[in-house]
Amino acid sequence: MSQKIDLDHGRFRQIIRGKIKQGLRKYISQGEMIARKGKDMVSLPIPQVDIPHFKHGGKQQGGVGQGDGDVGDTLGQGQEQPGQGGQAGDRPGDHLLEIEVSLQELAEILGEELELPRIQPKGTEKIVAWKDKYTGIRSTGPESLRHFRRTFRQALRRQISMGTYDPKSPVVVPIRDDRRYRSWRSEPIPQSNAVIIYMMDVSGSMGDEQKEIVRIESFWIDTWLRSQYHGIESRYIIHDAMAKEVDRDTFFKTRESGGTMISSAYKLCAKLIEEEYAPDQWNIYPFHFSDGDNWSVDDTVTCVELMRTKILPAVNLFCYGQVESPYGSGQFIKDLREHFDEQEVVVTSEIKGKDAIMDSIKDFLGKGK
Amino acid sequence: MSSGLRRFPAYLRDIQEEIEGHARGYGLDFFPILYEVLDYKTMNEVAAYGGFPTRYPHWRFGMDYEQLSKSYEWGLSKIYEMVINTNPAYAYLLEGNSTVDQKIVMAHVAGHVDFFKNNYFFSKTNRKMIDGMANHAALVRRHMARHGQDAVEEFIDTCLSLENLIDPMSPFIVRKREAKDADDAGEGDDVPRLRAKQYMDKYINPPEYLEAQKKRRDDEKRRARRRFPEEPQRDVLAFLVQHAPLDDWQRDLLEIIRAEAYYFAPQAMTKIMNEGWASYWHSTILTEKALTSAEIIDYADACSGVLATSPGQLNPYKLGIELFRNIEDRWNKGRFGKEWEDCDSMDAKRDWDRRLGLGRRKIFEVRKLYNDITFIDEFFTLEFAVEQKFYAFGFSERSGNWEIMSREFKKVKETMLRQLTNRGQPFIHVEDGNFENRSELLLRHQHEGVDLDMGQARDTLRNLYKVWSRPVSLLTRIEGKGKILRCDDTTITEKSAEYV
Repeated sequence: MSQKIDLDHGRFRQIIRGKIKQGLRKYISQGEMIARKGKDMVSLPIPQVDIPHFKHGGKQQGGVGQGDGDVGDTLGQGQEQPGQGGQAGDRPGDHLLEIEVSLQELAEILGEELELPRIQPKGTEKIVAWKDKYTGIRSTGPESLRHFRRTFRQALRRQISMGTYDPKSPVVVPIRDDRRYRSWRSEPIPQSNAVIIYMMDVSGSMGDEQKEIVRIESFWIDTWLRSQYHGIESRYIIHDAMAKEVDRDTFFKTRESGGTMISSAYKLCAKLIEEEYAPDQWNIYPFHFSDGDNWSVDDTVTCVELMRTKILPAVNLFCYGQVESPYGSGQFIKDLREHFDEQEVVVTSEIKGKDAIMDSIKDFLGKGK
Repeated sequence: MSSGLRRFPAYLRDIQEEIEGHARGYGLDFFPILYEVLDYKTMNEVAAYGGFPTRYPHWRFGMDYEQLSKSYEWGLSKIYEMVINTNPAYAYLLEGNSTVDQKIVMAHVAGHVDFFKNNYFFSKTNRKMIDGMANHAALVRRHMARHGQDAVEEFIDTCLSLENLIDPMSPFIVRKREAKDADDAGEGDDVPRLRAKQYMDKYINPPEYLEAQKKRRDDEKRRARRRFPEEPQRDVLAFLVQHAPLDDWQRDLLEIIRAEAYYFAPQAMTKIMNEGWASYWHSTILTEKALTSAEIIDYADACSGVLATSPGQLNPYKLGIELFRNIEDRWNKGRFGKEWEDCDSMDAKRDWDRRLGLGRRKIFEVRKLYNDITFIDEFFTLEFAVEQKFYAFGFSERSGNWEIMSREFKKVKETMLRQLTNRGQPFIHVEDGNFENRSELLLRHQHEGVDLDMGQARDTLRNLYKVWSRPVSLLTRIEGKGKILRCDDTTITEKSAEYV
């Protein structure tokens, strides 16, 4: 039902959207500002959109209260703005408004700001699900689908036309012919499934800061890809010299100290794809984050081989993000670039720090694949 | 009204008749009241619009609506009653409230409307403001169609930023008719002369002296003409409407904001009294007349919510109702006047009862003639403050917390009055419309012990610049030192200045 306020409210949301867009780089580089609220809402602190006035500063002003307590007692905690009518702000110009935004909207904003193209899913035609939709009414059907109101309406119509309806005692009795049932039609719904396979190097050289970057970046990648596909799965692989699949929490928390054999992760990834995600039915997105330090040149050769034969033919996009770390040599990205320079399906990106996350997201997702 | 409107059910009409009958019986005198029952969505919408069905389009209403809806959905707050100052008065009931709730609201609303009708400070308000608001909305929409939504909205933001720069008392000032150009007659040589016989005149009023006098007078007149405005002007908005170089549509918008600010000003000036008065009457009418015994518990429950106090927050309902009761009690027992003031014996004071029974009459008189400041100033007594456990709090730099500062009566009352003075807004007036002879604008903040919020002040100055189109300066005092903030377009400079 439309209300007058909807226009004003829409206008307000539009302003909020603009603010979020302006501050997007900040939100992205400071992942902790975003608080998850429920399944698909986030809450963002945005700068005051309220209108400035000449008014008194808070601290000198004080106010009057009522109740028990001795001089020197602190007023209740969490009482951010004591004072009548909330006049007393604590720090000027520091008011933040908590605004709730759906992940869908956030993804749209991200897409607009980074000018991300919409993804063309592959295999749309092939993968089809059927969904029943109730579309009409018919005169036969199972009793469980009987349409109560339409049945009575039909009965009323019949009684009026037969002249047996008496408005003074409005009794309507449906007979068998009056019964109406819902009818349905099965409609094909094109379905595109996608899986994101996150791989991360957890060897000793990946510090907390590097992991934080990966965590933030994966949040945004998730948000964007989720807005592009209906069903999406995420798988997480960590590796040092060995690779194993873990859940999301472990993925971001584990820290090992061993050496690094990237091929182990790629092997596991190839195995996952082979066993669970048939390329003709799935849009597959492996993302690999590492500091670029690999055990040996031989292992790198194995990696390249694995990618060429097993992984690349199956995936939409293969993304390698190299997080700068004081310990890593950063060699791996060069090797990848050397071997796959001409391949569009491989995207590499160097992430120098939190501020570079946004550009790296654009590198990865800017191709529309 | 939109689709949230429900038909006014017969049982509510019966309650209304009953409640208003009781209210009239007590001597309340109110405009006819039209109730509308709204679902909570529409209630929030109307509340976001300040109680009016139609306002000009602006995102701020959308923001208020979002906050109201959120806090309703989270169960933090619910709008109980809403009534607007018009004749007839419109009031809103929330669909699905219990009968007790609706009774409370109706009695409460009768109190409000009686207050609107009789309190002196509402006497100049436009009682057809529903139409007024709708006209404003139509005008704003027309300007939006012509000049674009963004331009108009941006200018409304600017105007709203200045909306508190009005003089709420100005509708009551009877201005003397402007002296008709005194200089028409005065240009001649009739400088005041000492009386003298004609043959003595040129000795008593020598021509050189007359000449000097005349010159001095002309100089003064010229200087006065340079002073603009001649007197500092508190109604900054009116000054801007008259003198700022605005387009017609901008002037329209500024006038709209100003008119609405004046319409709402009396409500800010009488918040405590108004809520206190309405609460006094809902409790009197319900407990003495309208409640059935089965409803008592629900009534007490609802009232305890309304009258609850929390630390660091002054509840106007609570303060108002207690003060009205206190006044009634004092005038019933004759606890006023010289004899009472001069009495030093606590014993005598405790049992003081002259059985005058003047209480009711007194509170009716108070509701007619007072506003929050005069109300607190006159009736907030030491005994009352102690009985109601009032304290003053402030920000302690030492602990970084808000703390109870004092329970001393003088301090409490002083803080309270300061909060109420000028509706809690700083005093700011136009000092000079031709500052430094460069048609710049100089405002002056009359410092009353509290500095301005500087972040906000800077942003507001930028908005003033947009209206005045020339540099705008503000003379104020920060941390004890005089300062002039000068805004030239977007840059703001600060320099020290003499602040007397």
